[in-house]
Amino acid sequence: MKTKAKNMKRRKFVQKMLLSLTALSMPVVLTAKEKLKQLQKWILGKDYNPFDHYWGMGIDINKCIGCGRCAAACKEENDVPQAPFFFRTWVERYRIFHDGEVRVDSPNGAVDGFEKQNIEKGKVTIRSFFVPKICNHCDNPPCVQVCPVGATFKTPDGVILVDKDYCIGCRYCVQACPYGARFINPISKTADKCTFCYHRVVQGLVPACVEMCPTQARVFGEIKKKASPLVRFMRHHKIGVLKPALNTEPKVYYANLDMEVN
Amino acid sequence: MKLPWRNFPEQIRRLIVVWSFLIILPFFIRSLLIPADFGKYGHFRASAVEEAIAKEMKYAGHAICYDCHDEEVESKMVGVHKNVNCEVCHGPAAAHVEDDEIKPRAPRERDSCPLCHEYLSSRPTGFPQIISDSHEPMKACISCHDPHNPRGKEMAKECGGCHAEIASTKSLSKHVNIPCEKCHETPELHKLQPRLHLPGKPSKREFCGGCHDVEADSDIAIPRVELATHEEAYVCWQCHYPHLPEAE
Repeated sequence: MKTKAKNMKRRKFVQKMLLSLTALSMPVVLTAKEKLKQLQKWILGKDYNPFDHYWGMGIDINKCIGCGRCAAACKEENDVPQAPFFFRTWVERYRIFHDGEVRVDSPNGAVDGFEKQNIEKGKVTIRSFFVPKICNHCDNPPCVQVCPVGATFKTPDGVILVDKDYCIGCRYCVQACPYGARFINPISKTADKCTFCYHRVVQGLVPACVEMCPTQARVFGEIKKKASPLVRFMRHHKIGVLKPALNTEPKVYYANLDMEVN
Repeated sequence: MKLPWRNFPEQIRRLIVVWSFLIILPFFIRSLLIPADFGKYGHFRASAVEEAIAKEMKYAGHAICYDCHDEEVESKMVGVHKNVNCEVCHGPAAAHVEDDEIKPRAPRERDSCPLCHEYLSSRPTGFPQIISDSHEPMKACISCHDPHNPRGKEMAKECGGCHAEIASTKSLSKHVNIPCEKCHETPELHKLQPRLHLPGKPSKREFCGGCHDVEADSDIAIPRVELATHEEAYVCWQCHYPHLPEAE
């Protein structure tokens, strides 16, 4: 009997202890929640809250005709230097031959389109297609991880941007990107890359490359909302991403992607 | 309560002053180096995003063109170019939207259309292509085709219009004189929606056997096989390429 009473006492003590601890921590939890809610609101431009969106792009390789209008429009829209080594988006031509050789070329990033190229006698092309390339705006971006100063970052709507006033031009991110989507801007001497045309997106428009694609090979839209051209695209096609084994979780989704593409 | 400060030996008091200064100094320098809005919404400078969206647009987007240019839009919307946005050919037009005096370009030269329509083997099958060296030389494209609602002189009559590579392969083969429709049952709609209405393929061995079986009633020059015993697990075209059959 005596021991039981003693146990009850201990139980009561623990109960009271827990109760008072919860009561004491309540205000902290509540303010933290309030603060989080406040953080979830950030009005950009007219009426754009980046916490309400999550962007991605779809590319249908079967529809790409290799006209390169996307690459040309990107340079125009974003003032990318015209010299033939700086591209935020570009188009590659893949040619796979009977003997197993794979040739990839992208003359001037396809800004001037492609020209017919004669191949040596005896070489037989089995299949050939165009692959538009762009920053994959990875969900798990290696370029953001390596930046020593926090100059490249992921916005709440999933776009990877570069703060060119904060970038020190150390080129770590250029090295880290497995897709070759970054370069050092020869004028500002800082890292430069695709922004998904963020200045257009906040105004409710689509990126310039998507707007300019004459065959709708590129689709832009929300990933996490049901009513989105991108989600429809992903429902109707067999989807692949580039270098899935690297665990970068790209947000550029390719339809009809060939095994040879990387 | 009295502070124990005075009780510390002189040398410890001096060290405390020096150490506290050394500890505070880095924090002070850090506060000078890191911008005020860094970390507000994440590990970045919040105003960098505002700087990014301050960029000026060059392409206005197709919706705004449709507000004024009714006539062109009307003819464009019924044709195959209905999804080709105006600025693809006319160039960036945001400046034109702001100021009517600034005219966007209107390409009339012969070399602007081949950017998309010149024949390249890498282009998807079914996409209309020409070989500009032999296609109406010296004439501007727009002298025959209305760029807002282009139409070929007629719909592709021959399959080779789109399937040029197969047609040229077949022209070298023994099968050159067999029309495509003999083997591929082709729905009429295939010409309009090539990917939605696909042509058929022979599904029975007997189809090829009609000419190539030992029993078949056909030209004696045609190579024969014993259909009943020759690799009976497969349909013929799974091993032989019918557009250029290699078997002697």
